[in-house]
This record gives sequence, structure tokens and C-alpha cells, in this order.
Amino acid sequence: MRTLKSLIMPLLVLAAVIFGASTALSQGWDAGGSIGAEARIFSDDPAFAAQEDGVQTSIILEGDFRWRSADRRHQFVLVPWARIDAVDDARSHADLREGFYRFVGDELTVEAGLIKVFWGVTESRHLVDIINQTDGVEDSDGEDKLGQPAIRLTRQTGWGRLEAYLLPGFRERTFPGIEGRLRGPLIVDTDAPLYEHADEERHVDFAARWSHYLGDWDLGLAAFHGTSREPFFVPSTDGQSLRPVYTIISQLSADVQLTRGAWLWKGEAIVREGQGDTFAAFTGGLEYTFYGVTASGADLGLLVEYHSDGRDNDPSVAPPTAFDNDVFLGGRFAFNDMNDTSLLGGAIIDVENGSSAVLIEAERRLGTHIFVEIEGRFTANIDPADALAAVQDDNAVSLRITRHF
Amino acid sequence: MKTKATNPLSKSLLAMASLLALAGPVPAFAQEAELPAWIDTDSERRGYDIAIRSDNSDNGFGDSRVEATMTLRNAAGQETSRQLSFQTLERADNTVGDKSVVVFHTPADVEGTALLSHAHILEPDDQWLYLPALARVRRISSANKSGPFVGSEFAFEDFTAVELNKYEHNYLTTEAITVGGETLPTDVVERFPRYENSGYSRQVSYIDQTIHQVRRIEFFDRRGDHLKTLDLGDYREYGDGIWRAHRLVMTNHQTGKSTDLVYGDFEFGVGLTDNDFVRGVLERQY
Repeated sequence: MRTLKSLIMPLLVLAAVIFGASTALSQGWDAGGSIGAEARIFSDDPAFAAQEDGVQTSIILEGDFRWRSADRRHQFVLVPWARIDAVDDARSHADLREGFYRFVGDELTVEAGLIKVFWGVTESRHLVDIINQTDGVEDSDGEDKLGQPAIRLTRQTGWGRLEAYLLPGFRERTFPGIEGRLRGPLIVDTDAPLYEHADEERHVDFAARWSHYLGDWDLGLAAFHGTSREPFFVPSTDGQSLRPVYTIISQLSADVQLTRGAWLWKGEAIVREGQGDTFAAFTGGLEYTFYGVTASGADLGLLVEYHSDGRDNDPSVAPPTAFDNDVFLGGRFAFNDMNDTSLLGGAIIDVENGSSAVLIEAERRLGTHIFVEIEGRFTANIDPADALAAVQDDNAVSLRITRHF
Repeated sequence: MKTKATNPLSKSLLAMASLLALAGPVPAFAQEAELPAWIDTDSERRGYDIAIRSDNSDNGFGDSRVEATMTLRNAAGQETSRQLSFQTLERADNTVGDKSVVVFHTPADVEGTALLSHAHILEPDDQWLYLPALARVRRISSANKSGPFVGSEFAFEDFTAVELNKYEHNYLTTEAITVGGETLPTDVVERFPRYENSGYSRQVSYIDQTIHQVRRIEFFDRRGDHLKTLDLGDYREYGDGIWRAHRLVMTNHQTGKSTDLVYGDFEFGVGLTDNDFVRGVLERQY
């Protein structure tokens, strides 16, 4: 099944790439896409026997088809996506990142299909963002997401925006396979998930969100009830793998940003019930930008964020987190040139044991269609008891070249 | 910022009064209205009147939509271009700024990126940026008014600071200039930004005497040196005295770089409302 899907999706994407050309869309069809090549270079020997040593290469394909009616009320969006990985079978996978119909009415906007939604304001952790499942085999930053089956109703009122979500189908989180790096000693068996609810992955989830802005303030309040996107793990009976456990949770969240001059103050908080004791978690901090630090108008932004998470420490009751009591320090240098060159660096540091995860990124466009990214991810000062201990031998530099159409 | 405290509402009345004064018979209340507090001299009054007449000749359009191509050129002559579309909602009076959405169609890697701006007169603008890769809307700081807009020679403030009351105006002289092969007599009016964080100490605008459009603007940096020149050409009239330039060329004299902004045909009265300029619409712009 997986092989069939992995075959069909790249073909779809290739079709997009061959027939597509990016054009300004006022009505009718717009087709585009991209092909990327990636090399992930691990500097250390792997910690576990079956893991690949050295370089992990892969190809990433994405299509982007859009249709809009002349009156702009009807819209179709189709974004097929696939990765073919030379090393890790689990990382060779395909998805419809988006695939939905949208009707824009005078009072109500309706979307039905596979949608992608982002909630929140902070940079180093996306605490309140819950609609889409994380594509965990893609990257360790949690920013890659699987398309979520949904019906969404949106209404804009004078006192804010109201969204109601009906989520009739759960997507399992993806994890690295036996050959893959960036995993623990036992692989996660995604063929043997455990669900708390008898409806398993067919459980219908609900969510609602209110968001608004008032002067300098942007505010969001949301509620979710359904299958947790974050699993915790129990060992399989043979002890050779971990089974993900998806329980039913209820979560309330708030996110807020104050934008004043060059300062951005940001905060996100959740309260969650359904994974051990009811707990709260918080992420918040600030970003300050020095504008025009060079004659050509480059900007330097500095970020500080604090994470706290009150969840149960028992990994058989609540999903483990690396953000229990941590500080993020980061900087972003944007050249503001015609190639959109930028540099990003940051570290998440555990306040109690000093364990750190470090990220460095550089990116720029070459010519018109090619985009180049270099990412380095390192761990430092790892405490053996920290959640990062399993991946401390997985320091890597990734080079990605993407041709857009 | 030069500050002489003024009540925005009375300024709006003033602006309206001045418009009426130009339009014909003057109602009694307008004659009694005060001029903006910053006006001390006859040349400031004259500069203000010329600016109002020019501002009036592109106001009253309601809402508009237009596609544009921006071509960026460095000192060595290398070029790169980007396609964008602009949607604008004009606000009813001069004390509140317009609302706009800019959507990027190329470069292909940023397709679908969209910027929503709620312009204000003297307060910082409100701006939200939509990033399609993450489906994420970010509220961004508008303190970087002098920063380059998508790597071009246009600064953010060159787009958002077109409101009359963002400046103090002062008439200098009358001069014939040649723009796009056309030689025109113009009124030369200098203007001083009244909003915070401007990258300019002053601007010199050349407003033609026949259709009252801005044909050229010279920008002077905070040190007072000539930084950039914007030439506005290919003016076309839409219906009732609504003029739009279709070819804007910004040249940076200090770096040798330049940017052309070429607009397609403007559509007016497309039925956009306030609900088309909220952060939630950014995700469905492409």
C-alpha cells in the first residue's frame, strides 16, 4: 500500500512540474510545484546498530494545483507531496498536504477536504497548534504537517473571527524507521498504534477558535476535543519496538501577541486533560529587531522564549517533551536583498540540566527558480536523563536545493 | 518626528475644507476653520494646497485591484523580477489610512506570500504577513518603514506613506522637468515626514500643473543627502478624474541599483469591503 502511494504521488507531482508554470492567478487554473534534492550528513557514528552511517540523501517532490472561479467564491486546492529517501524506508512517504474545496460566502466560508491550519505566535515551540498531525520523520522541528481531513466553517464578525472544525479522521504521526537517525533505541511501530477510543482513527474530533486583533494586540482562544496528535509510548510484547498510544484529550488554549515598535511580545498557553493529571504548559517571550543594521538595509532580530510544561513525567502516561523547563535564545539576520538571503541561529537550553539543541540555518535564492538551504542541527552538553540523550550522536548538516516551477 | 499637537478630527475637517475651497463656493464653516498648526508661511500654505489638489485627484476610487511586475536591477545591470497583485480599500476621510493586500505570485518559492496593511496617519501601520509554507500568519512590526520592500529600492514607507497628512508641505518653485520623454511644467513642493521612523529627512515632489499628478519625487536620507529618485510615468485616467501612474522607476543614487514597478490595468469598484482586509483572508489569496 505504501509503495503504491509512494509511486502515484511522485507521478502526480511530476505532472505538476512538467505542465505547471507559475502565473498570477485571477481565475481558472494555476499549476506549480517543485523538485528538491537533499543530503543530510551525520558527523558521528550512529548510536544504534541498524542505523545508516554517513550521508542520507533524498528527493522531495511537491505539486501545487489551484482553481478559482471568476467571482472568487469557489476554489479548489491540491498539494500532493512526496519524499523518496535512499536510506530510510519510513522516510520515503507521500501525502496530500492540502486537497480541499472552499466556498467563500458573504456570511460564511466553508472548507472541506484535507486542510492545513496554523495557530499560534511563538517561534521555538508551536504549543497551541493542534489541528494537523506532525510529519515527524521529516524533521525534528515539528513544522512539517500532514493534511488533516476537516470541514471548517469560518465567520468574520465585528468582534473577531470564529472558526468551527469537524475533524472526521485521525492521521498517525510518522517516525523514523530502523535505518533512520534521530530516533531512540527502539523504533516506533506505526503499524501497531493503540487508541483509547473504540473508534480508533475514525474518531470524530472537534475544535473551535476565536481570534481577533485590537490595536497592538492579536488574540486567539481555542478549544479542542478528540484524539491527541502527540502520542506516548508503550513497549511491544516482544520488547523490540514501541507502540504509540493515542488518547482522547480536551485542550483549551490561548495565544497573544503585542506588537509595539520593534518589539514583539508573544505568549501561548494550554490546559490539557486526558494524559495523566490535567496539566498546563506555557511558551512565551519576546523578539526585538534592529532595522537597517547595514547600509543595504539588513535587519537583525533577537529572540528569547521560555518554555514550561507541567505534564506527568511518566512516559507511559503522558507524551515526553523536551520543553519542560527550557529557554530558547535565537537570532535572525535578514539581508533584505533580491535573493532573500537570511541566516538563523538558535539554541534551546534546559534550565535544570543544561542540555542544549542548537540550530543554524542559511538560505538564499539563486537566480529565479532555485532556492538553496543549509541547516545544521547539533546537541551539546547533554544530560543522560534528558529527552535529547537518544539523539546526541545525530548531529547533522543538511543541504537542500529546490527547483521551483 | 516634528510634533505640533493637532487634533486629527480638526485636521480632517481642514482637509475637507480645503478641498471644498478648491472645488467652488466655500461653506461658512470652512472659512472659519484653522489651517494645520504646522503652517506658518505662505509657501507652506501654497505647498499644502498643491498637495491637497494632487491628493484629491486620485481619491474617491473606493476600492481597486491591479497586477504589477517589479523588476529589480543591481549596479552591474543584473535583473530579477517579481509579479504581485495589489488590492486596496480607500478609507472615507484623510484621518485614517487605506487598507491593502499585496500578494506575491513570483518568485515561485514565495508564491502565495501575502502582506496585509492597515495604514494609519501618524501611528505605526498594522501589518500581517502570510507565509504559505507553514500556512502561518505573522503580525509583523511596521517600525521598519525605511527597510527595503522585498529587496527592491522601494521602502515600505514609499507604499504606505502616500497619505496627505503624513507630511508637512512647503512650496519651493516652478520648474519644467522631463519624465518618460515628456516635458512638463511642475510645481516643486518639498515635504517633511511627520510619522516616526521615516528613513527620510525630506522629499521633493514635482507635481504637474495640468493634471496635478506627482511626476517625480526626490528622497533625501536622514543625513540630508540625495538618496533616491522616483519617476512616475504613463499616467492614465480612469473614469471620473482618477489618475494612476503605470510605470514607476526608483533609482538609488548611492548604490546604483534601481527598481521598475509596472502596473497593469486597474480595476475599480470591484466590491471589496472591510471583511476582505482582515488577517483571515490572507490564506485564500492565491
